[in-house]
This record gives sequence, structure tokens and C-alpha cells, in this order.
Amino acid sequence: MNAAARIVRVALIVSALCAIPHIVGAQSAPPPAVYALTHAKIFTLVGPAIEDGTLIIRDGKIAAVGTGIDVPSGAQVIDAKGLQIYPGLFDSITQMGLREIGAVSSTVDETETGDFNPDVVAATAILPSSEHITVTRAAGITEVLAVPASGGFDSSGGSGLLGGQASAIHMSGWTINEMLIKKSAAMVIDWPTIETRTFDFSTFSIKEKPYTEAKQEYDKHVDELADWLARARHYAQALGHAGPADYDADVRLAALVPVVRGQLPVLVFADEARDIRHAVEFCDQQKLKMILAGGLEAYKVKDLLRSKNIPVILRPVLTLPNQQDDPYDRVLSQPAELAAAGVKFAFASFDNSFARRLGQNAANAVAYGLPYEEALKAVTVYPAQIFGLADQFGTLEPGKLANLIVTNGDPLELTTDVRYLFIRGQLTSTDNKQRRLYEKYLNRPVN
Amino acid sequence: MNPFRAALITTSVLLASVATAAPPDTVAPLAPAAIVIQNATILTVSHGTIEHGAILIQNGKIAEIGQSVHAPSGAQVIDAAGEFVMPGIVDCHSHIAVDGSVNEGSVSVSSIVNIAEVLNPDDIDIYRDLAGGVTTANILHGSANSIGGQTVVIKLRWGQPAAKLPFEGALPGIKFALGENPKRSNFSRPGQPKRYPATRMGVEETIRGAFTEARDYQRSWADYNKRVSGGDKSAIPPRRDLRLEPLVEVLEGKRYVHAHCYREDEILMLLRVAKEFGFKVRTLQHVLEGYKVADEIAASGAGASTFSDWWSYKVEAFEAIPYNAAIMARRGVIVSINSDDAEEATHLNQEAAKSIKYGGMTHDDALKMVTLNPAMQLGIDQRVGSIDTGKDADLVIYNHDPLSAYAVVQKTIIDGRVYFDRARDIAGRADLEKEKKSLLEKEKKAAEKKPDATVEIGKKSNKPGTAKTDASKPDATKPPDKTPAEPPKPPQNDLATGGVL
Repeated sequence: MNAAARIVRVALIVSALCAIPHIVGAQSAPPPAVYALTHAKIFTLVGPAIEDGTLIIRDGKIAAVGTGIDVPSGAQVIDAKGLQIYPGLFDSITQMGLREIGAVSSTVDETETGDFNPDVVAATAILPSSEHITVTRAAGITEVLAVPASGGFDSSGGSGLLGGQASAIHMSGWTINEMLIKKSAAMVIDWPTIETRTFDFSTFSIKEKPYTEAKQEYDKHVDELADWLARARHYAQALGHAGPADYDADVRLAALVPVVRGQLPVLVFADEARDIRHAVEFCDQQKLKMILAGGLEAYKVKDLLRSKNIPVILRPVLTLPNQQDDPYDRVLSQPAELAAAGVKFAFASFDNSFARRLGQNAANAVAYGLPYEEALKAVTVYPAQIFGLADQFGTLEPGKLANLIVTNGDPLELTTDVRYLFIRGQLTSTDNKQRRLYEKYLNRPVN
Repeated sequence: MNPFRAALITTSVLLASVATAAPPDTVAPLAPAAIVIQNATILTVSHGTIEHGAILIQNGKIAEIGQSVHAPSGAQVIDAAGEFVMPGIVDCHSHIAVDGSVNEGSVSVSSIVNIAEVLNPDDIDIYRDLAGGVTTANILHGSANSIGGQTVVIKLRWGQPAAKLPFEGALPGIKFALGENPKRSNFSRPGQPKRYPATRMGVEETIRGAFTEARDYQRSWADYNKRVSGGDKSAIPPRRDLRLEPLVEVLEGKRYVHAHCYREDEILMLLRVAKEFGFKVRTLQHVLEGYKVADEIAASGAGASTFSDWWSYKVEAFEAIPYNAAIMARRGVIVSINSDDAEEATHLNQEAAKSIKYGGMTHDDALKMVTLNPAMQLGIDQRVGSIDTGKDADLVIYNHDPLSAYAVVQKTIIDGRVYFDRARDIAGRADLEKEKKSLLEKEKKAAEKKPDATVEIGKKSNKPGTAKTDASKPDATKPPDKTPAEPPKPPQNDLATGGVL
């Protein structure tokens, strides 16, 4: 298709979307309860792809999916001939809603001061009207985990050992209450590392210290972490056996109770093999339910991860290797290696503005050996499973939430467009600030 | 623990303590007299696509292209059946191969310094970007100053000494920077006095002031030369000013201006100042709001070199849109997609493809943005940027259409020499691993002899040669499986620092 035709087509799609009355964010009347998506190729991720299939959405959920399904009366029909339906993508580590403009600290709420903040919850600070939400969902991402203390450039300084609680959200909603999937989906632990050289932004220079000193600091941090967990255990005991007068209430220890009881997983950030190994040993001893985040060198400890059943949220494969003498494609080829070893993993952007590169990252892993279906699952059903949300979404099955995308091709490929996007069964706009600016300046009169 | 760890991981490191120079298996064998690439889909960029085509390379140049070519006997044959050949990628904004910081940030006019003098041919990022299909890169000074340091175009000739990296005959450049970075919006140290300029108004005056001086300096030399040629033996030469000399070269069209910019207002400001002093802006770099003033950019003749989809890392990047390249191209601007980052450079082909989605660019136009267009912007399009007879044999071979996220570089060729070969790289890994192990063993044994030695890792690790003997000495308490810590490199690009650089 030539450029001009393409533009006309884009404009048609945009105006077509505007013409459909019931797009979330653009209407006041209640949306229809029933949709029928017909003649689509449907990738349910629980079986082979369905050719010329129908998918029925009723009351926010998938009511039926397959062939030879009758369209219910009153349903809004979307003819998806030539299009494909997939579960919406799930980006399981982002700072969505917690950071708007990286360099402006007043718009950044992602990392609290101090090393131990188990009580802070991402959902509290998520900005529902963040421009990142609309831009990101236009790329087919229907859910994310907003994770405190997970990266980025917060001018307030250090991230902590206990960074706070990550919240799972839908990428649509007038308020956080409407968006919320799970307020507390994981407790963030930023695993300490033995660093002899660090970059000091206050002086813009590299700071060095002897190894023994760095090791002492590391040991101190691990001891502190163990101490917090020990106190949380005592606190949990007191909760169970004593009356309210017998102990002092403590919001931080209270926040750790589900962690020490094994009900809330810990999302442990570590990249180097030594740190991962130590973190695994620690969580094993402490009987914590561990999810590894980062994992640049997870391949070095893949047997350990598999034997302990520890899933990994992988840093983007579009990241340079950790060591100069690593093979140039070390990070790109890791997912294939982990999949072959039976380690469960998901892809995530670890970012906000680059969240829309989620599919690109998964595709690059395929280019370096990961089976395609594994890549697709690693941005949909696997992260849902890892965070205990797979009963709600991640595959296209009756009873699941209708969080899905209708595309003109492979959702991991660079040039694919998302034509329709459903979140909780509602047809949701893919319009955003960037598209509006595009249309505005495309139509600037020639100077 | 460190909040910047993630960033340090994504940026590259200076030097490993173990590997110092090019691993022997990755050094390119000498160029054969002739190479034939055959059965390939050839994306010429300049004149369409040739299916099942062949390319003859002789003496480092493209000698013949077509359905078949006249291969001399003894030519090395590369069978590229099912594969795609495109011109080597030209990255118009890079900071690889630089020894140390890219910013001389102490002054607002740092034209006295030159990136060409601090090229580091051992920077592993050269090899990594080569493996991503990049053959030519515009190595820029940072953006801490309104007028920054001098810049150089290199070819990614991995394994060659620094003197062999510069692109022969390419005009040198100079970095300018506008907006938040030169006015130090996002970077202040407690107790440090503010540096002029601290506003966009001051940035304009810094540039105007410097060029006013440069014009006077140019005139004083012209007067002197005139007197000398007129036979005046008493003429005294003006005192040389190394800061102004590069600016005089800009005025005389002998040096390109590559200007870091974001907002529409500052873009127009620079074009105005350039007009006032009679010089051309060769490229606007980043130029994330270029789409707002595309007509004005096109009229000025400046090229635009931008990101695919970066945004929101600072205020001046908050109206960045991934449609920027497409709008500017539609309005007649020569547009390229650049990296500003060693990692981003490894997939510039993918970044170019995004303009097909965002703005409806054609396949060929998208490809041009990382090949012919940046070559034009750097004034080297007679040599590189497309697959045409007589041009340098700078080529990349992919296993799929390069505008797909599934494409993997198989070979990268510069001057007819295969500098990167994926199969060769993979085959050499076992030997490298063996060599690394034996070096670690050796160091361990040496350390066991001196158990009391306290190691201060990295003290000398920036110097190849000394690194091996000092930095990798393991501490007795240190787990033996870990290779020595690498010194972190300060974030170099504009994203990683939130505008610090």
C-alpha cells in the first residue's frame, strides 16, 4: 500500500472508531453488554488457532469462543474477517501511572525514601489519566503491574531493600478502583549486590571501595532483611494469639505478614548469578514465594531456578550483555535457553515509555531461538500465571475477562496495528495524545 | 540497591578485566580480492529490490549488481539463498568508541575539544553494533554545552587501530545543543554555581556571541593573509584561537553542525541564528518536535535525525511522537533514525520499521532512514548508503526482511571485508571460554600465593594490560565463580541521564 493510501486508511480507522458509539472514554451511555466478533482467526492460547471463528463477549467476560456459534440477538457485531484475535498483552513490570516525566521529580512517585517500605502500595499513586496508559494500550497492552522501586530515574535517590507492593491494573478506567485487578500482587525486594564501584550522581564520578567493605555492607543489608522478616513472623504470631492490647500495631510489619505466611509473593530484583543464587537461598530459608525480576544472568543458575520452581520476569532482551566478554547475543538468546531448561518466564518492559516495546522484545527472543508460541505466552498467560491472575485473564476461554485485542497480524511484529481493543468486555479507545498530535500537525497548512 | 543499577546495566562498560583487545576469533580475516554474494534478495535502497540477485565485490567496492554477475575465478562465494542484503546501517548519532566521558561540560563553548582524539578501538560496543548491521557511525560529543566538541564519522572496523576508524574524506562536525541540557535544567550539584546559560535565551546568545567572535577572528586572519600576500613583511599574525578555529570552519562550510534540539521554538532559533551568520545546520539531532516545524526545517535544508519512539523522559520530550519521522519526511525533510545508544544501535533496522506503523511510510522509505538518508546527512552518500556500483562494499546480510523484529544479522561487510560473521562468532565461543578459564585459573593461583593482598578492583582496570594483572586478582573471601566486577561507565546518552548529558 502506498503512503497516501495508508494515510487515508489510518484516517478511516480513526473515524470509524469515533463512529462506533460505545468506546470507553468517549461516551456517557452505558456500553452494550454483548459483542460478537466474527470471522476472525482466534488465538486462544489453550489450543490450536481457530479459523473463521466467533468470539462472544457478555457482561465483561468471554461467553463463547469457537466456530459455528450463533450471534446472540442484540449483540454488537464486529466483522473481523482478515483479522486476528489474541489475549491482550500483560506487561508485568512497569512504573505505569507512577512516573509521568522522568526528569521532573514532582511527577515521579515510584521509589519511596528509605530502605524498608513494605507498607507502600503502588495503587495509591497510580495516575489514572496518565498519558502513558493510553499510549501503551494502543500497542495492545491491556494489563500491567505497576511496581514501586523498579527502576527509572527518580531524583529522590535510593531505592530500598523492601520497595513496597506492586499493583495489577487494567489499562482502562475512570478511577483506580475501576482499574484495579489486584491491589497487592507482590512485595518488591531489591536484592543487595556487592558493588566495589558505583556511579555517584551527586558528584558525577565513580566511587570505589575495597571488596571487603562492599561485602560487609552487603551482609549487613541481608541481615537487616532477615531481621525484618523475623519481626514480621513474631508480629504474625501475635496477631493470631494475642488480644489487641498485647502488642503495638505496626503498619510495616503488618504489610509483611502475608509475605511471611507465603500468601504474597516476593518480586526479587537481581541480575547477576551470584546475587540470584543468594536470593534463592535466602527465600528458601525464609520460606518466601519468590519471583525473580531482571535475571540478566539467570541462564547461569537455570537448574536452580527450575528445581525451586522460581519464575522469572526477564529484563528486556534489547539490553546489552552484563559482561564485556559475554557473547554479543547473550541476552537475546537467554529466553530460548531458559525455555529449553524448563524455567518459566515472562517478558516485561521494566519501563513506562518503552512499555510498548513489549512485543518487540518477545519477537527478538524468537529471532534468537525461542519458539514463537512460548514468546506469545510469555506476554500473556505466563505472567498471569506467575502473579496468580490466570483465572481472570491471559487466554481466550469462556469465563475469562474479555481483555483482548483484534489485530491485522502478529501482535509481536513491529508493523502490526491493533484495530480493536477490549478491556473487561468494553470496546476501548486506542486514541492517545500522540495520535492526536500526529493528526493535528499532519494537517498543518503548508507553510 | 543502587537506583542507577538498571541504567548502568543497560549502558555498556569500559573494559573488562579479562578481555582486553579484540578476541582473536572475531577479528576479520583479510578481504579477499573478490567476493560474490548470490541468490539474495537485494534491497538496493536507491533502485528497488532485486530478487535472486548477485553482487560482485572487488577491491572493497561494489563492482557489479544484477541477476547474475561476472565473477572472476577464485572469488569467494557467499550463498545468501533466502537471505536479504541491504546497505550497511549508518548511525547518525552515536557515542561508541569513545574513551571516557563524551562531555567536556565545564564551559558553554567547548569547541576546543575533539572526539576524534579520544577514539577507543577496543570498545566492545563497536563489535556489538557491527553485529547489529551498523557499518558507519557519527561519533558525537555530548550535549552539555551550547557549542560542544568536534565530532568524527567512523567506520566500525573492529580490530583495527584508532587511526583506521575515521571515515576517509568525511567532513568533520561539531556538536551544538539547545534546551534543557545546555541550560543544565536537570543537573545541578549542591554548592555548585550556576553556569551560563541557564535559559533558552542564553543559549541563543552563547551561540551568537561565539560566532560574533569567530567572524572577527576569521576577518583578522583574512586581513593578515591579504597583507602577507601583498608583500607586507611586517605583518604580525593574529594569535591562534583553537576554540574559534572550528567555528570559522563552520562559517566556511568545512565543518558540519550537528545540533541536539527538542522543542519547536529552539529549532527555529538555531535556524535563525545560522541564517544571521551565514552557515548551514547540517543535521538537527533528536529534533523530537520537528514535526511541528517540518516546513521550516525543510526550507532550511537541514536534515533531521531522530528517535523512533522515545518519549517522556523529560519535559522537552513529552510531546515526542513516533510519527515524527513520517511527518517530517512527508514535508520534504531528509530524515534518519539514530541510536544515541550502543544498544539501540544494534536494531536500528527495527526502529526504522516503526515508521511504517506510525505514519504509513513505505518499506523503501523506512529503509532509507538508516542507510541513504543518514549518508546524505553526513555528506558520504557518494560512498555509502545504497547498493550501487562503485560504492564501498559496506553491506549487511539478514536471514529475514530487515524491517521485521525476526531478522537476525548473519554477516556485516565493510570495504569488502567480512568484519562480522554470526557463524564465525558462534564457532569461536568455546575457545574464548577456554582462554578465559585459563586466565582466571592463573590469576587465582597468583592470588593464593599472596593471601593477604587486599584488592581494590578497578584501580587500574581502565588501562589495558595492567587490568589483567591487578584488577582480576580475586579476594580470598570472594566466590570464585564470578568474573571481576567491571567498572561502571557513566550513562552516556540523553535518555539514560534524564537529560543530564
